Amino acid sequence: MKRSLLLALLVMLPISVWAAEGSVPFEFDPNLDNQASLQRGAKLFMNYCSGCHSLQYMRYNRIAEDLEIPRDVVENNLIMTGGKIHSTIQGTMSKEQAGDWFGKAPPDLSLIARQRGADWIYSFLLSFYLDDSRPNGVNNLVMANTAMPHVLAPLQGYQVHEESGGHDGESEGGHGDAGPALELVQEGQLNPAEYRSAVGDITNFLVYAGEPVKLTRASLGFKVIVFLILFTGLAYMLKREFWRDVH
Amino acid sequence: MASKFMNWVDARFPATQLWNDHVGQYYAPKNFNFWYYFGSLAMLVLVNQLLTGIWLAMFYKPSAAEAFGSVAYIMREVEWGWLIRYMHSTGASFFFIVVYLHMFRALLYGSYRKPRELLWIFGCLIFLALMAEAFMGYVLPWGNMSYWGAQVIISLFSAVPVVGEQLTTWIRGDFVVGDATLNRFFALHVVALPFVLVGLVIAHIMALHHVGSNNPDGIEIKANKGADGHPVDGIRFHPYYTVKDLFGVGVFLILFAGVIFFAPTFGGLFLEVDNFSPANPSVTPEHIKPSWYFTPFYAMLRAVPSKGGGVIVMFSAVFILFFLPWLDRSRVKSIRYKGIIFKVALTLFAVSFLSLAYLGLQAPSDGVKLSARIATVTYFLFFLLMPIYSKLDRTKPVPERVTG
Repeated sequence: MKRSLLLALLVMLPISVWAAEGSVPFEFDPNLDNQASLQRGAKLFMNYCSGCHSLQYMRYNRIAEDLEIPRDVVENNLIMTGGKIHSTIQGTMSKEQAGDWFGKAPPDLSLIARQRGADWIYSFLLSFYLDDSRPNGVNNLVMANTAMPHVLAPLQGYQVHEESGGHDGESEGGHGDAGPALELVQEGQLNPAEYRSAVGDITNFLVYAGEPVKLTRASLGFKVIVFLILFTGLAYMLKREFWRDVH
Repeated sequence: MASKFMNWVDARFPATQLWNDHVGQYYAPKNFNFWYYFGSLAMLVLVNQLLTGIWLAMFYKPSAAEAFGSVAYIMREVEWGWLIRYMHSTGASFFFIVVYLHMFRALLYGSYRKPRELLWIFGCLIFLALMAEAFMGYVLPWGNMSYWGAQVIISLFSAVPVVGEQLTTWIRGDFVVGDATLNRFFALHVVALPFVLVGLVIAHIMALHHVGSNNPDGIEIKANKGADGHPVDGIRFHPYYTVKDLFGVGVFLILFAGVIFFAPTFGGLFLEVDNFSPANPSVTPEHIKPSWYFTPFYAMLRAVPSKGGGVIVMFSAVFILFFLPWLDRSRVKSIRYKGIIFKVALTLFAVSFLSLAYLGLQAPSDGVKLSARIATVTYFLFFLLMPIYSKLDRTKPVPERVTG
């Protein structure tokens, strides 16, 4: 009886844990140990995203330090929108202008990976398709009627979306490469595999930007837990020693 | 030298006496088991919350314009700020885990029975203060779920007849949740409620040490004293339970550090996804739910069709705890010597509470509502029928001395 009650309490935790994510067509497992990917992601972000999207809680010098990019390289190649090495990363448009031009100001992306998750960012950037009914000529499977133009089109090219879904009736919500019925109709500079990899780099970078300390948190945690296990072992032996005289 | 110094102090302040009364010469039953770790662990978490909270308050800005950004600042730019913040946010959840287990221990072994009624009531007051403290702390990061959570919880007070609307405006300090609300919640979270909590914890411990600790057998060790005037089944708290609790602290800290360093959001349960976007009065989160530790009560609120009724049921679920010492009419305290009826009742109660916690996290649906109604009725029947079934229950004879 006692055991079963205890068991019920202990299972309480794991069953109630689940990922709070909606359905997105592609999955991406971010890897912050891949420093080259993070560096490429930073470069792509600064070149393609930072014109409109700020990273208001992130500083250039933090990126330089964390991703081991020399400061002069950052100053000369990554600061696209003005600002000094110690500045936060601001977009070039004012909120009012952005609102006028796009209908909605582009959101700050500091915490986007924590709000939406890596799968979402990866899927979003892979899911633009041509749609004449939209002001920018493109729409997106993940965020329907997005105000964002297909900024990465020079890299990816353009896709079309087959409404009927040619892939065995599974047009949306599939996983991996089989994915949704998106077909490339105009090629970009990168082939599809290279484009996926580039989008993966941006996703990795944004996951890092969402929580910079994530780079070192687990390795510190490992040391802390090793210490605590030793401490607990000693505490247990101490307890046994003292309790010898309790009968 | 040292003793001379202590003599000087003791002549002016009862330092040695305090130490002896509460630690050095406090005799606790020797048969404490696993369930008895959670009292000292709750104190540990309280100290963790106080210390990390002081440091967070050094960098946090309690204004609607700056709060969200100041948390990002703590997470990114303050030296070790991320660790302090994760210790505080994880500590909040662990506080409730530890307190729920501590309360369940009291249910198992009848620790609320005479002469420990006031001890139990102080504990219930601590639980109540802790809920208020946690709710207000939850609002401070000024994320979107903080905002909407505050909106929903404060609006519950509008169910109060006649003065409801004025009452909610008075709580918010404005007609909507805003800067004034955030500012006053900060004051209550960092000054007023911690005072209340610490005061109640002191009262709780004084009451405990006055009547003596219960134990898994539910018998009074003071009834059986040896020639030296100390209970034969008692051992000094220090060093026996200080070293034992030190081991408990070690195990606890391993789990605690595991969450802090490897899963600080705990899959969106300890830090919700919606709270990574700043408060936005024009964007409602997909479904508003409180922190996991409030979901049993939230599920009860949603299970009742009328708002007023739901609020009454929800608050009653907490207040009914206060009456427990007088609801239990069993001849014995501990579940070890209680009969099958109580064991079944307690199991049903635990299952209903856990089910409500789970249901409160789910998006509303007919199935969720029906299950929550069944669980709510079970929860209340555990208490309301207790005077009857605890008397009918076939108890076993209680031993003279504590068993293993």
